[in-house]
Amino acid sequence: MSATREIISSGNDLAAIAAVDAGCMFFGGYPITPSSEVMHTISDLLPKVGGTAIQMEDEIAGVAAAIGAGMAGVRTLTATSGPGISLKAENLGLAQMAEVPLVVVNVMRGGPSTGLPTRVSQGDIAQAKNPSHGDYKSITVCAGTLAECYTETVRAFNLADRFMQPVFVLLDETLGHMHGKAVIPTAEEVKAGIKPRKKFEGDPSEYRPYDVPQDQPAVLNPMFTGYRYHFTGLHHDAMGFPTEEIETCRKLIDRLFRKVDEHRDEIESNEEYMLDDAEILLVGYGSASLAIKEAVNVLREQGIKAGLFRPITIWPSPEERLFELGQKFDKVLVVELNQGQYLEEVQRCMGRRDIEKLTKTNGRPFSPADIIEKVKEL
Amino acid sequence: MAFNYDEYLRLEKMPTLWCWGCGDGVILKAFIRAVDKLGWSKDDVCVVSGIGCSGRFSSYVDFNTVHTTHGRTVAFATGIKLANPDKHVICVAGDGDGLAIGGNHTIHGCRRNIDMTLIIIQNFIYGLTNSQTSPTTPQGMWTVSQKAGNIDPTFDGCELAIAAGASFVGRENVTAPKKLEKLLLQAMEHKGFSYVEAMSNCHINLGRKNKMQSAMENLDWIDSITIPKKKYDQLSPEEQLNLLPTGILKQDTEAAEYCDLYKEVQKVHQGLRGPITQDDFKKKI
Repeated sequence: MSATREIISSGNDLAAIAAVDAGCMFFGGYPITPSSEVMHTISDLLPKVGGTAIQMEDEIAGVAAAIGAGMAGVRTLTATSGPGISLKAENLGLAQMAEVPLVVVNVMRGGPSTGLPTRVSQGDIAQAKNPSHGDYKSITVCAGTLAECYTETVRAFNLADRFMQPVFVLLDETLGHMHGKAVIPTAEEVKAGIKPRKKFEGDPSEYRPYDVPQDQPAVLNPMFTGYRYHFTGLHHDAMGFPTEEIETCRKLIDRLFRKVDEHRDEIESNEEYMLDDAEILLVGYGSASLAIKEAVNVLREQGIKAGLFRPITIWPSPEERLFELGQKFDKVLVVELNQGQYLEEVQRCMGRRDIEKLTKTNGRPFSPADIIEKVKEL
Repeated sequence: MAFNYDEYLRLEKMPTLWCWGCGDGVILKAFIRAVDKLGWSKDDVCVVSGIGCSGRFSSYVDFNTVHTTHGRTVAFATGIKLANPDKHVICVAGDGDGLAIGGNHTIHGCRRNIDMTLIIIQNFIYGLTNSQTSPTTPQGMWTVSQKAGNIDPTFDGCELAIAAGASFVGRENVTAPKKLEKLLLQAMEHKGFSYVEAMSNCHINLGRKNKMQSAMENLDWIDSITIPKKKYDQLSPEEQLNLLPTGILKQDTEAAEYCDLYKEVQKVHQGLRGPITQDDFKKKI
């Protein structure tokens, strides 16, 4: 993207602005700290462009209304924090199963349970992978800068329509409430880059929304346009009708995996910071990466060659790149604001157990000094 | 000439999974006839259902159809309607679906007075899952989760809907299909949230253990506990105690509808009018 603008804003506001610029026309939500500002801002922005923002009676209804709007055919958003995701989980499963695109912003706070509502955490990494019961493949992106609160929300809308499923945007309390300058694409740039969901243009009698190649998502035309079909959370056939037919059931779940797995290249996004000549590999994401980068800079001034690998797409994880890095670096340190949720994924992808971790779950962000100290111990 | 239902049914889905003698089919037919009378295009109608026997209602009718999670029908429908205020949205739920697990959404759908119709198929029991107590199971009846006899107090969904702010509330029995059809027609014509309780039988999972083993016995019992509102109003509170009124129980054509109100919100943000204030509402608290 070439045309940019500078904006002073917060992460939560940037996510809301991004949604509207990306063509979102519906928001359903419920108040929760630290994500409420997304609702506050979008409830001003959406009616201005003819869209709708509604505060529903609970978290469950917030996501249900958003999915309903997605079924109807419009770009749709909900925003919440971890406890809200826990409540929304069942309906997110329906959206996975029925292949309804929507974007879910999760501004992470300390957990479990009510936890630390006004404090930062990265404790919902595992939850984002499988919030609901059953088998499916999540797509989750994680903003690491203020600008990415905007650009990753935009990307999430395009991914949701491409893969016809919910896409998580992980922010955290630090980023959500951080105010500062962000350099972001212009609204015109974003609008020009919108990739709307695929539509079937043929005769309605030939329309079979769920009869698609095994590596592709359903083709769901908007409601009320002459293509009548069925949405259900049950296993379903080509028209969306419930079925228990063995081969249809097998193929459906297989496809929910393969449509994501076989197109990881369209989803994966990483940042590599000072990695080329590095001798120590740090892995981190989200707001924690801000402290990690600062630590890398200071360490390098002191002659210690550290570098950062930052997954921006968290799920599916960058398996191959992590494997390569695991082969290249002896010393690997995973830094995250939880007890090691992504560490497990790094271990799996690298096929190694000898990976160091620096974790924190007291609701406070990392300071670069925490990281510098840990690196020097390695 | 006999009414032809085929145009509105997904014939390949027939027969339904509902039991022999189930009243749900009567509600399905009354609904179809009412939609036909309204002359709505099938493309302009969305039928949303939840989980339970009533949940399958949506898959049998040839409209835009959605089978949601347990209890969440009205919440999903709210998103569909707000994204398409000029289309027709009909919700179908059971008494467990709409009044227990989904009670909150029923209350708030009524409160918003958003223009949709909620048909509660009220058969006093969880039928599909085999006879557990629902919020409308009469006290003292046998259920599989309360084999000693149900001690849980019941509540009246119509009174709930009235109190919560639905602008149209009515009740009718499957034993009176013509009346039911008329009530559904009036409910769907009404602008605002309309709540219709369609009293149905479940002789299999309610009747079997409660001395109503056949559909007829179960239906006779429903008839015996219901009475037209006009007659009900003339009874003493003591006589009313174990009766439920049928017909239109509330109709308020003045109440502001939610999609219309939201258009005013859009106007405010588009600079087409000043902010919405208390002066815009007759009843504010």
